[in-house]
Parts: sequence; structure tokens; C-alpha cells
Amino acid sequence: MTNPDSSGMRAPQWPRLSPLGSDGLLVSFGERLEEAANRAALAFRAAVDRAGMPGVAETATSLASTYLRLEPALEDRARVMVQVQALLAGRDWFAAALPENRKLWRIPCLFGTDRAPQLAEAAAEAGLTPDEAVRSIAETRVRVQTIGFAPGQPYLGELSPEWDIPRQTQLTERIPVGALCVAIRQLVLFPVSTPTGWRHIGQTAFRAFRPDAADPFPLRPGDEVIFEPVTADDYSTLEAAGPDGGALSELLP
Amino acid sequence: MRALIVRSVGSGVTVQDFGRQGLLGSGFSRGGAMDRQALFEGAALLRQKPDLAAVEMAGFGGVFEASADMRIALTGAPMRAKIDGKSVAWSASHLLPKGAQLVIGPAILGCYGYLHVGGGFDTPVCLGSRSAHLAGGIGAALVAGNVLPVAEDPDSELFGFGIDPEQRFEGFTVRVLCGPQTRLFADTEQARFAAESFRRDTRGNRMGVRFLPEGAPFTSEAGLSVLSEVVVPGDIQITGDGTPFVLMTECQTTGGYPRIGTVLQADLPRVAQARPGDTLRFEFVDFDKGLSIEAAARKDWQRLSARTRRLVRRPEEIPDLLSCQLIGGVTAGDDLERQDP
Repeated sequence: MTNPDSSGMRAPQWPRLSPLGSDGLLVSFGERLEEAANRAALAFRAAVDRAGMPGVAETATSLASTYLRLEPALEDRARVMVQVQALLAGRDWFAAALPENRKLWRIPCLFGTDRAPQLAEAAAEAGLTPDEAVRSIAETRVRVQTIGFAPGQPYLGELSPEWDIPRQTQLTERIPVGALCVAIRQLVLFPVSTPTGWRHIGQTAFRAFRPDAADPFPLRPGDEVIFEPVTADDYSTLEAAGPDGGALSELLP
Repeated sequence: MRALIVRSVGSGVTVQDFGRQGLLGSGFSRGGAMDRQALFEGAALLRQKPDLAAVEMAGFGGVFEASADMRIALTGAPMRAKIDGKSVAWSASHLLPKGAQLVIGPAILGCYGYLHVGGGFDTPVCLGSRSAHLAGGIGAALVAGNVLPVAEDPDSELFGFGIDPEQRFEGFTVRVLCGPQTRLFADTEQARFAAESFRRDTRGNRMGVRFLPEGAPFTSEAGLSVLSEVVVPGDIQITGDGTPFVLMTECQTTGGYPRIGTVLQADLPRVAQARPGDTLRFEFVDFDKGLSIEAAARKDWQRLSARTRRLVRRPEEIPDLLSCQLIGGVTAGDDLERQDP
């Protein structure tokens, strides 16, 4: 396959449209995580939502694809397909801008200690000391590439190349809500307590899923996040500070 | 407040309706009842809407008590049920009088049984549904002492119906559509997948069910390096050890295992009801045939009330009651299990 770049010179099979189940369409913009494919997926979803196509019940994105769920009793599926294909052919989605109204979040994070016991192990995998590892993460402004897997769960990236570390072969039995975990140049900020193969390097008091709040999912794809190191003492104050856990956000220009 | 009181209960018993739609983009899968067909059967038996919440019982029932006279229906996996010691029919609706004890035993066939009430359960709505979504941290499994509010029931006299459920409680074939990643499996692997039979593993829950192949593990050309993508209930992931894992109603919203196809929604109740050791086959159908099967099932499930019938004749509906011979029959105490032809 041709190695695609961000100028739109891509192998002709992308984007690719295929059915997913009897009531879904998947529009894939690539088979590897690349910034341009991620932007394309987000922009195409936004365009479908804006177009308000009759017959489209719901949309979502993953790292490099857009999913459209169609009304199950849809009579004129062919018409929807034509509209989707026309929209898809209408522009170079790989050149699309990021979503509008993105936010920059600063989320306080307690790295290491017994609250995030795998910092040293993850740092070693990346060939760094724990201090270097914390500095590297804290200095990287990561972007929410997708929300998925679990309610409100962000995948954030991209970290520098030394963080291309594998997931553990053994699952950690249960990591707590607010855990910041790392693997394959990405961070995940866990919204629910769950088993995981990702290594737990930081702990935040940020709730990425708030079922009873007016906005249950505070993070959006395209938002950017800086994880700001705090001490164990500061962290215990933040824990009592509500679902934002001391996080601040501002609109990006 | 009308309520159903939980006196004791098995594990994995939750309140379920059709779940939450529109939240996939936020990582929240739809959830809701494992056996959607059972919700339609309950609605038909109680002459009410199918989207009312019911109690889903994962293999084991419990003991329940009504705070007031209420109608109930029992659907899904057949379980032994008694009201104050008297056996009552499954796949049927009954009156549960105030203070009476409803005892529901383990499933005889299948996995998921359902207890519906007239008016539906009136438990709290979160994000548009009453369904517990344990993977998403919403709601909880029922425990002894829970009091489940029951909504007003406009048709409190309509009970005593039975239905022959579509047989879906013992080893069957489920129909599968090709998906975006089917091409990652060689034709020979696809053919073998359709030809072999699979045994339902002990690992299975509301998120997904594992099946064990009778032959060699299945492999894909992509190995395990598939970029994480949107997944939907019915998707058949081939996990690292080469066994199929069918994603179910409470699955995650994205996944990185290669998927060989997607089970039709019409056939997901069969996957849900397969119990450990049961045999299942997967049959690929072409897309148009799949769509027509789905459409036919949707239509059929909406029209189940036409297939219900009276369990017993009610005295006030027998116009010539006084001429009937009322004491001639010695009964075995199972009148309510018998159904009119």
C-alpha cells in the first residue's frame, strides 16, 4: 500500500464505505492511527450531523472511522447510501480542520506513588527514569482522538515515540475511576473502574462520565489536555473538589 | 405506591428495557434486555407497550411479593414459577394478588427469564432508560430488600393469557452478515466458520458470549494488529486465542479484535439464550436476505398479541355458567399450566 501523507496523496481505497450489521454503515479513513485520518473521521461525522440526513439515527467515531446507525425500518436505504457517498466524495476529508469549539483542559494528576503504582514500570518500558517520564507526559499537550469503549472514555495522543510500549499481557484486575494509563503512544483516562492491560501511571480526581450531570460527558473528541503534576497532599484536596477534580478548561481559539 | 418487593434473588438480576440510544459517540453502548423478543412477548401477554421495563433474571429467579394486586407476565427462558405454592405457567400472564409470594426457580432451558408487571416498573430513569448498565456504572443488580415501584396499570383486569414462544432456548443456527473485516479472513477460514458447530463456553455475560470451535482456532490475515473501530452488538470478534466472542447488548463501543461478521439482531435472542455446553452454528446470509429477515422479525415481534390465547376460561365470560358441570373434574392442581388448544 502507498504510504499516505497529509497532503491528500492516498491509496485509492480510502475512504472505504461498508455495512456494519444490518443497520449500520462504517466509513473508514485508514487502517492505522494517523492524525489526518482521525481529523477526517471527526469532520465527516460533524458533516453528517449537520446535513441532518433523514434515515440516519445516530453517528459516532472511532480513531480513524465514522459510524452511521440507520433507522432500523428504513425503506429507502439506497437513497441514504447515495447521499452518504455524495457527501463523502464532496471534499478531501483528510484535509479537514479539527472540530469547532474545542477546549483545552488542564487536569491535575498525581503521578506514581501507591495511587498509580505502575509509573516506574512504564517508564522503564519507555527507557526513561520515572522523573523523565512524568516530565515527558506533563509537557505533551495531548488531544482527545476518540471517546469510546466505555462511557466518556477518552483516548489521548499522540505521545512521543519512546512511549510506543505494548499493553501488558496480564490484565490488571481493577484500576480505579480517574486512573491515567499508558500504552502504544496513547493515554486513557478511565471513567469507570475496570480491568485493563494499560499501565497505571497517574491518578486524577477527574470524572469523565457523570451520569447525573447536565453534561454527562465533559470531554469531546478534538479537545486538548495537559496533565499537570501535583503532590499527594494537593491531590487529597482535589479529591474533595467535585467531579472536575481541580481541572480547568478554556475554549481554544 | 404500588411496588414489587424483592424477598430473595439470584445473582445477575436487573431491571431492563430497550436501553439507551444515541450515546454511542460518547462511548455508551445501548444496553437493555439480552432477549429483546421476550420484552415483546411480555407486552403481548399484558396488552401493553413493549418498551416498559421488566426484571431480567440471568439463569436464577428469586422470591417476590406484591404490595397490591398486580398483573405479571413471565417470558424468556422457561423457569419454574409458583404463586403461593401453586405452579403457574411460563410464557403467560397471571394475577399476583397483594401479599402473595411469587417464587421463581432456576431456568429449565435457556439463560434469561423475564418478569413483567402490568404498567411496567417505575424505577428511576437515567439518560433516557431504566436499564441497569453495570459495565457503564449505571444501576445495580437487585438484592433482597429492594422495593421496585410499579407504574399505574390501566388494564388491571387483563391477565390469564399464554403464548407459544418462538423456540430459541436450545442449540440453534444464527444468521450472520459479512462486515468490514470479514475480508481479513481467508475464504477457507470463512467456509470452515460456517461449516463447524460451536459450543457455548462458560464465559458469557451481558457484554458478550464466548463460543468454542470444534476444530482448530480461527486465524485472520491481520493477526491482532487491527485498528480499534466501532463495534456493535452481534459482532463476532475472533479473540487472541482464535475463538469467537459474540458481542452482546452491553458491549464496549469500540474494539480492536478482527470481526468475521455480525449476527442478525433477529437472531441475537438465540445467542443470549444459549447456555454453557449448548451447540450453535453460524450461517452467512447475503445482505438483502439479512435485511428481509430483520424486517420480518420486527413485524412479527410487534404482532405477538395475535398469537396469545386464554390460559383458562374465566367464569364471568362463560355465558351458560349455570348449565356447566363444575365439579366433575378431579384436577392435578396444574390447571394453570394447561393451555387451551
